Amino acid sequence: MGYPHKSHPRETPVLSKHFGDPEARTLDGWKARGGYKALQQALAMEPTAIVDVVKASGLRGRGGAGFPTGLKWSFMKLGDGKPHYLCCNADESEPGTFKDREIMRWTPHALIEGCAIGAYAIGAETAYIYVRGEFTEPIKRLEDALVEARAAGIIGKNAMGSGKTIDVWVHRGAGAYICGEETALMNSLEGKRGNPRIKPPFPAVSGLFGQPTTINNVETLAAVPHILNNGAEWYKAMCLSSPKSNGSKLFSVCGNVSRPGNYEVVMGFSFKEFLYDLCGGPPPGRRFKALIPGGSSVPVITIEEAETVKMDYEGFMEVGTMLGSGGVIIFDDAQSMPRQLARLSRFYAHESCAQCTQCREGTAWMTKILERIVAGQGTYEDLDTIFDLAENMTGKTICVLSDSCAAPVTSGINKFRGEFEALIKGKRTSTVTVGV
Amino acid sequence: MSHGPSAPAHAAPAHHDHAPYEPVFTAGSARSKELADLITRYPDKRAGLLPALWMVQQDRGWISEDAMREVGDQLGVTAAYVKGVVTFYTMYHQHPVGQHFIQVCTTSPCLCAGADEVVNAFLEHTGCKELGLTSPDGKYTVIEVECLGACGFATPVQINDEYVESVTPAKVPEILANLK
Repeated sequence: MGYPHKSHPRETPVLSKHFGDPEARTLDGWKARGGYKALQQALAMEPTAIVDVVKASGLRGRGGAGFPTGLKWSFMKLGDGKPHYLCCNADESEPGTFKDREIMRWTPHALIEGCAIGAYAIGAETAYIYVRGEFTEPIKRLEDALVEARAAGIIGKNAMGSGKTIDVWVHRGAGAYICGEETALMNSLEGKRGNPRIKPPFPAVSGLFGQPTTINNVETLAAVPHILNNGAEWYKAMCLSSPKSNGSKLFSVCGNVSRPGNYEVVMGFSFKEFLYDLCGGPPPGRRFKALIPGGSSVPVITIEEAETVKMDYEGFMEVGTMLGSGGVIIFDDAQSMPRQLARLSRFYAHESCAQCTQCREGTAWMTKILERIVAGQGTYEDLDTIFDLAENMTGKTICVLSDSCAAPVTSGINKFRGEFEALIKGKRTSTVTVGV
Repeated sequence: MSHGPSAPAHAAPAHHDHAPYEPVFTAGSARSKELADLITRYPDKRAGLLPALWMVQQDRGWISEDAMREVGDQLGVTAAYVKGVVTFYTMYHQHPVGQHFIQVCTTSPCLCAGADEVVNAFLEHTGCKELGLTSPDGKYTVIEVECLGACGFATPVQINDEYVESVTPAKVPEILANLK
């Protein structure tokens, strides 16, 4: 079932199959839809066997980095005598991304089941779902589902009668984009300021409370029960282009588009068909101009580039950008790219944790300069200064927040330089700006 | 963290600053029990800090320095430590805010949908003179917020704990009327 639009016949609804169906939220409703069979099956398996299935499925992290999930799980040393933890990253704050919110709102038990399987597979007795503070409805849905699951003995001291302890808890954030960075998330959960940590040590060695920890995105964990139910081969076979990208993927589509919303397609789907057929193309009378395809932190591409893309990790890299979180932000020909990129830069300046000088100063100065250009006060030298700043903001900080500010800005200037120069020359932008 | 969306100091009605502080976690209270239960989920009780601050904000509407001291005492950290954490996160109010705290998303996807006009409509219809200032009747505070994670439903607006989706300037008067 699609949400908020009706499901398109070319979609492959796996995770989104029950979006918009309130009955799927309840334990009975979830069980009637096949829920918790995978957990039951998993608890009868050896943890390493579960890791092997996930490895064989080709599942990769859906939060943005695309790291192979089974491989990540295999980094956890079982039987080392230490408490292990699973963190579910539900701090969905990447502009353009709103898929995890729908998973939690409509199918909270899918995530709980995925967390329980993941925890068991990595030798953890406790999983924490760290949800961004603004998501009050998803938190309520998860809390309600956890109460039901606990009362039914699905999670807790003797999960599904297995004798194993698997606790799952929701932990509410309090408004900080940076807490979606895995080490910042762990600090935040521990009751600290959400500053990212220097790596190494990596979380699998020293993570939450200094113990071995795995962090997975909501969509990644929600896919795991389906993989156990249907088999690794079934998941591996969902592939239309690169063999390194498998499965179905939720793409959140927003900005200037006829039918914004979440769409689930098989990896390698044609981006052109996706944009014009599934999403209904641009708003009436307009033309697509540019996109940021993987959440706001990835490079901007032009519509001409986008039309050639196969939607998987490798396909987006071929045009110099990334699949990222799958949050597709679309700008039509009525949008001013300098204005949009100045606003994005302001987002990063606001969200910088300010630990690293390059990020704290870089994001702030980049924003000031871009806003100066938008206000018609810019100079040609400003564009050079932005590239100089961007170089110092890339690859030099504890986390990638400053890189994430530099990437869309520099790619946007490279591809739409004319719009910036028109503003600097004191002319109006080549396009009309909507909403001013 | 640069400027969070907490209201600036001059927006605070003066009487709140001097009212005697009523502790939230008094011995035997429901909140005290709730916090004690909650910290059993974690190997270190400090992990109860964000949840404890949420309890304070739910009960008191904001987090005063007295509250920071109380929470610190509960969890074995200093008031200064708690303040360090409170000031990091944008959702904790360090000053009283209006009865209806209105946060309009204006990050890029919402900007495409005309979020700026939604902000202006809220300012106009609430009587708030500027962003972050509470209206003279104490009912409303309006701020711009960074990405609410509901970009497909532009423009989302968070009013206290509730999301209102697909808001346009024309819908603002009705949304406000429904709050009363």
